[in-house]
Amino acid sequence: MSSVDTIETSRFGNSNSNVAEISGAKEGSGKTWIGPKEKEFILSELKRYEHHYSAIIPALFCIQNIYGWVPPKSVTEFSEISKIPEAHISEVLNFYTMFNKIPVGKLHVQVCTNLSCAMNGGRELADHICKTFDVKYGQISADGLVTVNKVECLGACHNAPMMQIGDNYYENLDHDSAISTIHKLAKK
Amino acid sequence: MAAKEIKLLTEFYHLDEYRYLKGYEANNGYKILRKALKMQPQEIINEVKASGLRGRGGAGFPTGVKWGFLPNNDNTRYLLCNADEGEPGTFKDRMMMERAPHQLIESMIISAFAIKSPKSYIYIRGEYDESIRVVTQALKEAYDAGYLGKDILGSGFTHDMDIYVGAGAYICGEETGMISSLEGLKGQPKLKPPFPAVQGYLKSPTIVNNVETLAAVIPILDKGAAFYKSMGTEKSSGTKLFSVSGSVMKPGNFEVALGTSLMDLIELAGGLKQGRRLKAVIPGGSSAPVLTAQECLSAKMDYEDLAAKGSMLGSGAVIIIDDSHSMVDLLGVVMHFYHHESCGQCTPCREGTGWLDKVVKSIVKGQGRIEDLNLILKVAEQMKGKTICALSDAAALPAISFVSKFRDEFEKYILEGRAPMGEMIHA
Repeated sequence: MSSVDTIETSRFGNSNSNVAEISGAKEGSGKTWIGPKEKEFILSELKRYEHHYSAIIPALFCIQNIYGWVPPKSVTEFSEISKIPEAHISEVLNFYTMFNKIPVGKLHVQVCTNLSCAMNGGRELADHICKTFDVKYGQISADGLVTVNKVECLGACHNAPMMQIGDNYYENLDHDSAISTIHKLAKK
Repeated sequence: MAAKEIKLLTEFYHLDEYRYLKGYEANNGYKILRKALKMQPQEIINEVKASGLRGRGGAGFPTGVKWGFLPNNDNTRYLLCNADEGEPGTFKDRMMMERAPHQLIESMIISAFAIKSPKSYIYIRGEYDESIRVVTQALKEAYDAGYLGKDILGSGFTHDMDIYVGAGAYICGEETGMISSLEGLKGQPKLKPPFPAVQGYLKSPTIVNNVETLAAVIPILDKGAAFYKSMGTEKSSGTKLFSVSGSVMKPGNFEVALGTSLMDLIELAGGLKQGRRLKAVIPGGSSAPVLTAQECLSAKMDYEDLAAKGSMLGSGAVIIIDDSHSMVDLLGVVMHFYHHESCGQCTPCREGTGWLDKVVKSIVKGQGRIEDLNLILKVAEQMKGKTICALSDAAALPAISFVSKFRDEFEKYILEGRAPMGEMIHA
């Protein structure tokens, strides 16, 4: 499937904040885990739906977009912003698999190992990626580059095996093309 | 003879411009919406009822009947499009959203008009980033063109549509789980009744329909219920998209009339991989009981024939398994999935999926005992029909069908203490 290069709509508004910027603010006395642009996005999401609880998932995605995972302190801060009990936010956070509850490498490589991919070498591919980058499943490689996880069906069964890195799908892979894709992305 | 594709929904999917408003409008796009807005809402519901359209997401419930369940009161009604495609083997909704986002939007405006709903959501699974981007863009185009918002095309009908992005949970494809998720809760299903049509999103009447189901409303209104019903079989009218994957030469989505023979569908997908023989087929996503090669020969891809064979059409995910694969190994994959995806709310499912996963894994690892096969059947039997939603059954059915239909292979695997294909152990 060709990718839509001309369609660029971020689901987090037009955030320009980056980790460095926010962690800079973090050093001060008033620690901030959610930057001003993210806060603006979250406040608008809180008003977007019929019930403000519906903003939890978008807000957590927004936080994960900054850090690559959802740090516990950011949840506390989101709770303060939204007036939603922290326990409830944590409950939602822990229910969904797309939220990383622990840090991941720069590239989060998720290899599908469900039926069609399993029959077309998805599991061997996942093992090969781990071996190549000398990392165990769910852990971060020593250089901080990759975290590899096996995941359930991503809906690309006709192009098995496949992997998802960040938001993007990479399909019809073999061992070499997967590794070279990861190397290419690492240089970006 | 391979079956013929009937491109009722997918006619223009090969056109790149079809994903944009201009290209969609140039190919009859939003034409049926104009027609529908001049009809009476009840006329549309009657037409959909008469077409015999059944839900394409998995359960196969008649769409017009579902719409008819809405209570006759003034409560705000919601339309919720189920685009949380997660049944292993299914990739048709993703294609529909990526190739024809406006088709979905148009069909939703028509459906919303029919059920008198001022607000709808498209719940897309979070992993489908491209679908999310394409549909977001298309929604903006539709608003700018006046197809959404206040007084659509001067009809007096006002409708707002928004996207909600899931965060990774198979169970949110279950309609009440999806509603919980949209409400900002854990995506756990709710006890029915009350059905969502009576008490759904925020306790308001809510209709939840799959992407493909909604899209079918356009050709039904365009060509008439009688035309739609002329395709397919008596109880399974129209066309259906089948996602064919696994051991075939040309895996992909194929739109054919319901009732097409399974073997013809396999041929349409290029036939089996070279040098391979057919061993089994999962005809409707991983929760559908597996068919043996022998059963496949006479299988027809419609709701009633597959039900008669003890399986189901499900979401239309057809997974082809050739003779190089171990059924023991594949059951391990399936059981791991359901264990992982059980929401944990009901004991038979939470515990049952765990036990099945554990027992099957021990067999895959070569630590199985012959009596484990009966244990699997016993545990699975106790998981059927005992829970809030169908996930428990969805896990039990493949377990029972794999073990009972391929018992010889399971016994051989256990007795030889290892996989016949040693390198295939992945537990």
